Amino acid sequence: MAGVVLSGLRREFGSFVALEGLDVALAPGELVSFLGPSGCGKTTALRLVAGFDRPTTGRIEIDGADMTRVPAAKRGVGMVFQAYSLFPTMTAARNVEFGLRVRGVARGQRARRALELLELVGLDHAAGRYPHQLSGGMQQRVALARALAIEPRVLLLDEPLSALDAKVRVQLRDEIRRIQSRLGITTIYVTHDQEEALSISDRVAVMRAGRIEQIGPPAAIYGEPETPFVAEFIGTINRLEARVVDAGRGAVRAGEQTLELPAARGRQAGEAILVLVRPETVRLGASTNGHDVVAAGEIESATFLGATTRVRMRTPLGPLTADVPSGTPSLGPGAAVSASFPADAARVLPL
Amino acid sequence: MRRPALFPALTLIGAAAFFLIPLGATLEFSLRTAGGHGFGAYGDLLKQHQFWSTLGLSLRLAGESIAAVLVLLVPTAYWVHLRAPRLRPLVAFLCVLPFVVPPIVLIVGLLGIFRGAPGWWLGSPQFLVPGYVVLSLPYAWFSLDAGLRSIDVRTLSEAAHSLGAGSLRTLSLVILPGLRAAVLAASLLTLAIVLGEFTMASLALFNTFPVFVAYVGQTQATGAAALTIVSIGMLWAAMLALALATRARGGKARA
Repeated sequence: MAGVVLSGLRREFGSFVALEGLDVALAPGELVSFLGPSGCGKTTALRLVAGFDRPTTGRIEIDGADMTRVPAAKRGVGMVFQAYSLFPTMTAARNVEFGLRVRGVARGQRARRALELLELVGLDHAAGRYPHQLSGGMQQRVALARALAIEPRVLLLDEPLSALDAKVRVQLRDEIRRIQSRLGITTIYVTHDQEEALSISDRVAVMRAGRIEQIGPPAAIYGEPETPFVAEFIGTINRLEARVVDAGRGAVRAGEQTLELPAARGRQAGEAILVLVRPETVRLGASTNGHDVVAAGEIESATFLGATTRVRMRTPLGPLTADVPSGTPSLGPGAAVSASFPADAARVLPL
Repeated sequence: MRRPALFPALTLIGAAAFFLIPLGATLEFSLRTAGGHGFGAYGDLLKQHQFWSTLGLSLRLAGESIAAVLVLLVPTAYWVHLRAPRLRPLVAFLCVLPFVVPPIVLIVGLLGIFRGAPGWWLGSPQFLVPGYVVLSLPYAWFSLDAGLRSIDVRTLSEAAHSLGAGSLRTLSLVILPGLRAAVLAASLLTLAIVLGEFTMASLALFNTFPVFVAYVGQTQATGAAALTIVSIGMLWAAMLALALATRARGGKARA
């Protein structure tokens, strides 16, 4: 199993800096997602690791060996592309065995191996079909099998599910993770879909404007965002602009209300901060807990999302969003409501 | 009630008449003999040594021209699509130049360029191949360009590279099979040009098939008509072969 170390990776296109010095080390067998909006440099980083592009400066190590200037064909890196990467004139089986054919593996042996891999992705029955006879999800399974056929040291996935519909996406995502764990292959997964990144990764690297904003296990990224960008990019979050009133007690003034937050203790008095509250921690109705932050509000809108209903309110703290179980009565616009959230569920970041 | 589509039907009939009447008249004329109708003119034509020798020469030159065009243009077009898409308009412009440079200028230029060349080159019909290649460039380029645009050259190439294939293998194993129809079209168009180009061969004093056609046209009335029919038949056969060859794979290539 191979580890991957990217150090100081920088890529400039003319005066545009696509990647501003990327440092990340993947442990052998680890799956790390590069997550970020389009243009954040995640695909640029992946292409550098694949060898399709050369960094302006920086170094790529696989298994301790410097790969920075090694051509793509010699890196032993498997890649799954967004879509339409299967060779259209070859059957699924021929696609899968292509890498072995290039390596001069005997016909019978590579045919057996191709079938094994198609079986792994659940497509052994479609071995003789051409790409245009396969659905989008099946094509991506074949592409995965093809990338795995060469027993790559590192697997790279470039938004492999973005062209698929929602149901297939979830199914294939779980399958990718299952196969990746089983083979224990070091993997970089690029996506702009936070749910995908959180569900599949050992660690998530949230990227923005060519740099990693935060990297950590999914739960930490979700629960303890270190920057406002990460907090807002990962899931929905309430952001309340506030000012520290009393650092000792952790008292802050948000909108027209003062609240006491454990997270604000030890800040500078007068400091402008951002109070972040996940909507699922916000409850409606009278609070029974003395440590809760309570705000009286008026409902602006309620959106039914299935299991939960997203309620937007005007409160003295500012606009507040709550995700409450569906079926909660009297959520009509204009209704007066009391909203509360545990004081220790709020996260505080400098503004 | 649907109104009968009179105008399209008339257009179709008119166009068909425009092509078929002269063809039919030529066919009829080619079959005339002193006493009525027969295949005499065809028999005479096929018996002429010149018919076979010039046709053979032109087919050989066509084969060489096709090879030269493909060797020159396939890697170029691939490279432009993959690495230098911004050069595409420039290459397209260069390839279209033969449209505005008449063959007579081309051959005078070629004769000038090769003035100091050794005699065996000037005296060999292969001397015409560079000219044919130039004349074929626009057709071959647009066929290949359209073919390359219909596939995702970049993703396919990167996929092949990541699987361990170098540029040559990527081109031959992945890209070329996807360009089958385009390569066949480029080849056929080159063949048609070589079988139809009279000016250059005539001025450079080589007896190619078109020169023979012109000679027959000036000397044998029904023979010329018969030769026309034979030539059209050959090109049709070539086009049919192309259509069949592309259809055989067409169902398998991605739409």
